[in-house]
Amino acid sequence: MYTASDLKKGLKVEIDNAPWVITEFEFCKPGKGTALYKCKLKNLATGSTMDRTYRPVDKVGKPNLEEKTVFYSYQEGDFYVFSDTETYEEIRVGRDVLEDKKYFLIENSECTILFFNDKPIDITLPTFIEKVITETEPGARGDTATNVMKPAKLDNGYELQVPLFINTGDRIKVDTRTGLYAERVTKA
Amino acid sequence: MLKELQKPDIIRFLEDLKPRFELKARLFSSIRSFFDSRGFIEVFTPLMTPAPAPEEYIEAVPAADSLFLRTSPELQMKCMLASGYDKIYQLGPCFRKDEHGRRHRQEFMMLEFYQAGIDSNALMELSAELISFCAEKIRTAQTINFSTYEVITVSDAFLKFGGITVADAIKQNVFEEILVTKIEPKLPTDKPVFLSEYPASMASLARLKKDDPQVAERWELYIRGIEIANAYCELTDAEEQKARFKASVEFRKAHGMADYPEAKNFFNALDHGLPFCSGCALGVERLLMTLTGASDISQTVYPDEYRNEQ
Repeated sequence: MYTASDLKKGLKVEIDNAPWVITEFEFCKPGKGTALYKCKLKNLATGSTMDRTYRPVDKVGKPNLEEKTVFYSYQEGDFYVFSDTETYEEIRVGRDVLEDKKYFLIENSECTILFFNDKPIDITLPTFIEKVITETEPGARGDTATNVMKPAKLDNGYELQVPLFINTGDRIKVDTRTGLYAERVTKA
Repeated sequence: MLKELQKPDIIRFLEDLKPRFELKARLFSSIRSFFDSRGFIEVFTPLMTPAPAPEEYIEAVPAADSLFLRTSPELQMKCMLASGYDKIYQLGPCFRKDEHGRRHRQEFMMLEFYQAGIDSNALMELSAELISFCAEKIRTAQTINFSTYEVITVSDAFLKFGGITVADAIKQNVFEEILVTKIEPKLPTDKPVFLSEYPASMASLARLKKDDPQVAERWELYIRGIEIANAYCELTDAEEQKARFKASVEFRKAHGMADYPEAKNFFNALDHGLPFCSGCALGVERLLMTLTGASDISQTVYPDEYRNEQ
């Protein structure tokens, strides 16, 4: 257990059987009263946020978290199979954990899986991956403005917004943290 | 350019702090000229004490030879009041263990002033004049009208901003949480605000109101939602004061907090007789924050050398 005075920005804690990270932290002490630790927290599994205020006497759980470096192998139904880079142990991660990240998996690319109580809850992919555009309206020639966007599709069906100058067949970089277009790599 | 990049942190920090340090110096001289012109004398009591006041939520930093760094000069200044000093003020550092945040430092500058013969309302008037006088001399933040102020009772503030009665907040043990999360953010920010009439259970060293003993003659001054000062019409009843300290000592014991020796001189002075008086303790850096628009107390003090910022 952590005591309230251990709390600080970035600390990972367990509340109601879920893992959270403190994203904002403030020490308060009104008047002659008790100290208070005001926290904003983000759920490590779902991304939802909440506010909590602790007193010095409060205890906060220490989550059983583990990170493993893995590489992606293949898909099997609703599961995605990874291999531990050290032990080669196979790790199966459900579609619900990956969410949109399933579109950015590349065979043999190195990823990090976060486990809570031995269950995978989140995955970090390489920040940028390269993908080919399979469908988009033809771009206006010479229009290199990057602030006007249009819809486009990747070969795996993922839809995203790209600048007007991008054409079908172009290879682009996608930011896996946000799922957004980052830059063009090569022209078709 | 390279030289700029190579500057050690401490040099860059101090360069950035210089404009505000100049204002801080001016604030100190403004405070002194305000009190000097009103017949107060500046006093100096020791930074180290064998017997800090046993307060429920304030911890003293231990110093050498079983002494502690003072958390406040209150007990010593009250001894002076009891011996006939009727208008006194003190400017100097105080220390409170483990207090560190956007508005807290373990070491900070306290202004403490007392006047015999006045009640908490007259003290409020005096404090408002002090703030307005200092603002005139140094302020850079233009959005606050320092020539006026508003008074809100704790009871009204809880009902209006907290959606709960003070009695219920105390019963549910959420008084501080409501104050910090619901009330402080909603206090008017365009002028100084006095939060007055704290509940009797939080009287600390204040006397209870004669015509309403449910509340104490205690107020706190807020500017821009930041708590600047705490004030009492002082409790002069020696027996009542001893009983309150005893309760604090019990509370501290029950919560495993440090045990302080009895403040004998203070008790002797109370037995001798503390005159009817009121006093105020004001955080000078916090006042400087509100006058200059600083959002963090670190913008008003020498950079910490003993604590790594995370």
